[in-house]
Amino acid sequence: MNPAPWIILFAPLLAAAVIAIATQPLKKLSSYLSVAAVAVSFFFSLLVFGSSDQDVSFNWIDLGSFQIRIGYMIDSFSKTMLFIVSGVGLVIHVYSLGYMHDDRGRSRYFAGLSLFMFSMLGIVLANNFIMMFVFWELVGVSSYILIGHWFDRPSAADAANKALIVNRIGDFGFMLGILMVWSASGTVMFDELSSKWTTLGLSAGYTTIAALLIFCGAVGKSAQFPLHVWLPDAMEGPTPVSALIHAATMVAAGVYMLARVFFLFSGSAGALTVVLWIGLITSLLAALMATQQDDIKRILAYSTLSQLGLMVSAIGLGVPVAALFHLFTHAFFKALLFLGAGSVIHSLHNEQNIWQMGGLQKKMPITFWTFLIATLALAGCPPLAGFWSKDGIVAAAFEHNPASALVISVINFFTAFYMTRLFLVAFLGPARSEGANHAHESPPVMTVPLVLLAIPSLIAGLPLVSHLFFSEVESSEPSIPAIAVSLAVFLGGTLAGFALYRGKNSDPLDIPLFENRFYIDQFYAGLVKWTQDSLAGIAAFVDRWIIDGGLVRGLGGTTWGFGFALRFLQIGNLQAYAFLFGFGVVLLLYLILFAS
Amino acid sequence: MATLNDYLLVSGLLFTIGFAGVLLRRNIIIIFMALELMLNAANLSLVGFSRFHVRAGLPDYNAQVLVFFIITVAAAEVAVGLAVIVALFRAKQTTHIEDLNSLKF
Repeated sequence: MNPAPWIILFAPLLAAAVIAIATQPLKKLSSYLSVAAVAVSFFFSLLVFGSSDQDVSFNWIDLGSFQIRIGYMIDSFSKTMLFIVSGVGLVIHVYSLGYMHDDRGRSRYFAGLSLFMFSMLGIVLANNFIMMFVFWELVGVSSYILIGHWFDRPSAADAANKALIVNRIGDFGFMLGILMVWSASGTVMFDELSSKWTTLGLSAGYTTIAALLIFCGAVGKSAQFPLHVWLPDAMEGPTPVSALIHAATMVAAGVYMLARVFFLFSGSAGALTVVLWIGLITSLLAALMATQQDDIKRILAYSTLSQLGLMVSAIGLGVPVAALFHLFTHAFFKALLFLGAGSVIHSLHNEQNIWQMGGLQKKMPITFWTFLIATLALAGCPPLAGFWSKDGIVAAAFEHNPASALVISVINFFTAFYMTRLFLVAFLGPARSEGANHAHESPPVMTVPLVLLAIPSLIAGLPLVSHLFFSEVESSEPSIPAIAVSLAVFLGGTLAGFALYRGKNSDPLDIPLFENRFYIDQFYAGLVKWTQDSLAGIAAFVDRWIIDGGLVRGLGGTTWGFGFALRFLQIGNLQAYAFLFGFGVVLLLYLILFAS
Repeated sequence: MATLNDYLLVSGLLFTIGFAGVLLRRNIIIIFMALELMLNAANLSLVGFSRFHVRAGLPDYNAQVLVFFIITVAAAEVAVGLAVIVALFRAKQTTHIEDLNSLKF
């Protein structure tokens, strides 16, 4: 048995445990421990990357007919994901050394990061549903810890709660889906399921419902409509956390899971259609919302939502490899965008409004250029990473579902548009605030990770590189119309952004619907309030009239009534009592002696 | 020679007189004395039973032991009861039972 996957998995857990138990007060040691653990994971991930595929598991809990197994599955998907998660994770850990340098809770922060790495790597390695679900929940918990890192800020505490609760809704569906799959097939192992599932002769309705319930898990974790509301709020966490969890890895877990269990979906056209349109709706709504946000991290959060929607719709189009390819490139440039934003925020003393920035080209050259690379990669500029992976999805859409190709093109247009807006406003033009005037480049511990991430953002999409990671993709003929549309959309979006935002000091557009995120949060708040109010009303009625009125007052009233009736016997004449007493004795004697 | 029935008859008479006294007299001290009479009626019948329940040439001493218990209890009761009556008299300046009805509804 190859120990490498176990080392990858448990090194971060060990670091988290040691930090939590022993090195809590030694902040510096804690942070280096955490970085060392993820470096070990990355190193062994590289080793595993070169090794052959395997699937190993052993019994964890044996319940007779049902065994819960712990194991790992090494194939091209998990190798790639291991590389992304540990690689991007390592870069972000290093960056955190600089970004969190002055934070009081540094030990707690790094323990949380390590716990998160453990959970995420567990999802990647899992070879069965139960193990995946366990790590799925662990990811939820560790993201709660990290979003709520600055828990003394009420907004951060609320955001952490919101993320956990919204995720629970999705996870509940996920669990039901797992149970449905298990009860139909009797196994939760991926390899057994993939060969067995289509031969079970299940009804189309059953497979569709099971697949959609599994999809619920991805809707929660990958923040798809209608459970997308937690992701933008999760930006309350420290910026490296946003980069690691809410851009590169955790939210990708849903997409990865869908690709991993794609065999559940491939037989069900209905489920695939739902997945496709959920992805497209999420992507389109998020792209529109992103065009009107002013907070640099929120723009990136909506952009993440939008790109996740694209990945999910790629699953819905039946091309999981294209989804994973986009996940792969997106992880690099979106982490880079977040880290670049973090660098700006750090040097502007926690200013997040892009209209308070500007004039950063000279003051922060490394951040400026790396951010530009990431922006172009996300906007889909050839030959950067994003162009290739998006093109894969567009080409698949043209082939399978032309209507979705149109929607995807619109989304890509807006992506180019809002990224141009973000870049023009935040980096160019005159400095629009005191903080921006005095901005300075971040220390090397933060800029080196930017450069390290800029390299894959540049080249990860090139066929030469991508075939290393996605060897099984048959190199299809490049689809000329798809490339033409992608290019046109990129140029159109960028030019529109330039035309509208060049040299502006305030937003020329004002669309409240987009700015207020289609009022979905308000709608949810109202819905929750209404549900809660009516439930509370029913509970109050039961309490007031049945519990209080019937039971409490009823019992009390009955006792009082008997007492009231009986007190008329208390006439105050001692001899009457004595007579009643004597009469009672006689009656008892009669009953005992003669009546029985 | 007197039989058990004679003893029980006298005991029953004593008890009835006592009970009638409790029911009919109005002075609380008299009622108290009537109560003692009822206790002693019980004692008399117990002694009668003892005398006429002979085993191995000896009377049944169980009943006589019970009599001593009753006497003891009666003595204690008198001590407490008279003290209550004295306290009652101090409070109300009466021993008449119809004036002692403040606990009624």
